Amino acid sequence: MSHGLVQLAYLVATVLFIFALHWMNTPATARKGVYAGVAAMTIAIVVTWAQPEVVHHGWIALAILAGFVVGVPLSRVPLTAVPQRTALSHAFGGLAAGLVGTAKYYLWFSEGPENLTTFRMVAIIVEVVLGFLTFTGSLMAAGKLQEVKWIPQRPVTYPFQNLSNLALLAAALLAGVLLTMHPGADWAPKVFPIIIALALAFGVLLIIPIGGADMPTVIAILNSYAGLAAVAMGFVLDNKLLITAGALDGSSGLILAIIMCRAMNRSFTNVLFGAFGQTQQVKAGGDQKEYKSETIEGGAQVLEQSNLVVIVPGYGMAVAQAQHKVRELYDQLKKRGVTVKFAIHPVAGRMPGHMNVLLAEADIPYTDLVEMDEINPEMPQADVALVVGANDVVNPAARTDHSSPIYGMPIIDADKARTVFAIKRSKNPGFAGIDNELYFSDRTWMLFGDAKNVVGELVKQLSGPGMH
Amino acid sequence: MTQTLDFWSMMFVFVLASFIGVGVIRRVSRLLHTPLMSITNAISAIAVVGSIIVTGADYPEGIRILGAIALFASMTNIVSGFLITDRMLKMFKSERKTADRK
Repeated sequence: MSHGLVQLAYLVATVLFIFALHWMNTPATARKGVYAGVAAMTIAIVVTWAQPEVVHHGWIALAILAGFVVGVPLSRVPLTAVPQRTALSHAFGGLAAGLVGTAKYYLWFSEGPENLTTFRMVAIIVEVVLGFLTFTGSLMAAGKLQEVKWIPQRPVTYPFQNLSNLALLAAALLAGVLLTMHPGADWAPKVFPIIIALALAFGVLLIIPIGGADMPTVIAILNSYAGLAAVAMGFVLDNKLLITAGALDGSSGLILAIIMCRAMNRSFTNVLFGAFGQTQQVKAGGDQKEYKSETIEGGAQVLEQSNLVVIVPGYGMAVAQAQHKVRELYDQLKKRGVTVKFAIHPVAGRMPGHMNVLLAEADIPYTDLVEMDEINPEMPQADVALVVGANDVVNPAARTDHSSPIYGMPIIDADKARTVFAIKRSKNPGFAGIDNELYFSDRTWMLFGDAKNVVGELVKQLSGPGMH
Repeated sequence: MTQTLDFWSMMFVFVLASFIGVGVIRRVSRLLHTPLMSITNAISAIAVVGSIIVTGADYPEGIRILGAIALFASMTNIVSGFLITDRMLKMFKSERKTADRK
């Protein structure tokens, strides 16, 4: 195949990738986007495989087959596990970039150091450092999300943490500069693995101090890194398709990370170096405030007589696997002519958009999933705000309490609804340790118990014979 | 000389593609941010292109092994990324066909 044809095919693939993302702007066209993406990828693979320089085919076929064998089961994980899967695929992306960069370095070194121009060396170092730190960083993130035993969930901090992490990165970059200046030296092939090791270590240490609540941002940032690693690979291989596709991925991760940071009123550096969970240490004690609790019967009655019920879901809903019961409640209320809406906070869940996917799986139409900025003006008209497994995202302290770690974070105004029902597992202070004033408001009544059970009981009560 | 030209043309492609990326991604529905992340995962696995060459060209075996592992990793991302995106998107419906399935 001539060079021109290959480039033409790559250009077509690029355009298809852009359309794939463009069609994601509404759920109505989104699936078309997937088909465009698959078409583009198929074109890219076939054309590349058909290049004359590719002479060994056995390993390629084997690796592609292995990719299918592992990839298909990975696509069937439960939706609660999608954040882990996503983190894992960032790890794979980083690994691929790091390995190709390494392979290219040793190849060019063996063919003669004159191949290792300054430009290529810089690109390779960037690719390898980004690739391998994304690899271990994402593995750590996936481990934390999967709650693997030997990876601590809570942020781990130690003295001079940021300083030593930065020193590690600086050492990797310094070694990179050294290699770039003397690419042909005898010692060069021995320094290269040191760079890899430093990048791998940096990835681990970067994620260790980050807690669960910050995972949506971290996943988005790692997404961006994986894209940028692909861009660097494009520079190494002189391949503009790689650069474009990598840049699309990189900017996507960046935008999602910015949205997540804004939704928490925090900066990038604060998320990456702030060890947020640490400030959440239980500051309970002092005056014991009283919860008011409501019975299932009473709760069901109020719900039934409402016009507008706003359900505020959080990660706790997913943990309790309550989303299907929530859908039954939605059905029961709808049947009685009650308007039911879901208020979705951007950082609810463990990755961007996580709640929407879980609720869509439970068969709730996406037209009733309303984002924070649109639902907040409606909250004063809501008869009931039902908080299911959400906590920080409805904590009014974010508006009023300057000393609160979440001060300034935009929240869903659940407290402005006429009545608030909050489902909570026990009367003990929550795991996160931040007091939630909402629970002690005049309008709030607690429904104690497991989210799935409580919602299930409400449904039973509503569908029971006495309630028509 | 050609090399610096290459560098700049690649830089142009990178910067322009990033702007297109920002423009397109900003319009993606917030409902779909999780599927967006899984589809961009699959798309950035375009690294497959580099891995195929490294695996299949007439290079020393050690280098081709690295390529094969990279190819496996990218292919896993492509397959699982596109499949799971489609699986999630299928779930987004604008209205329920039946009001009550029980």
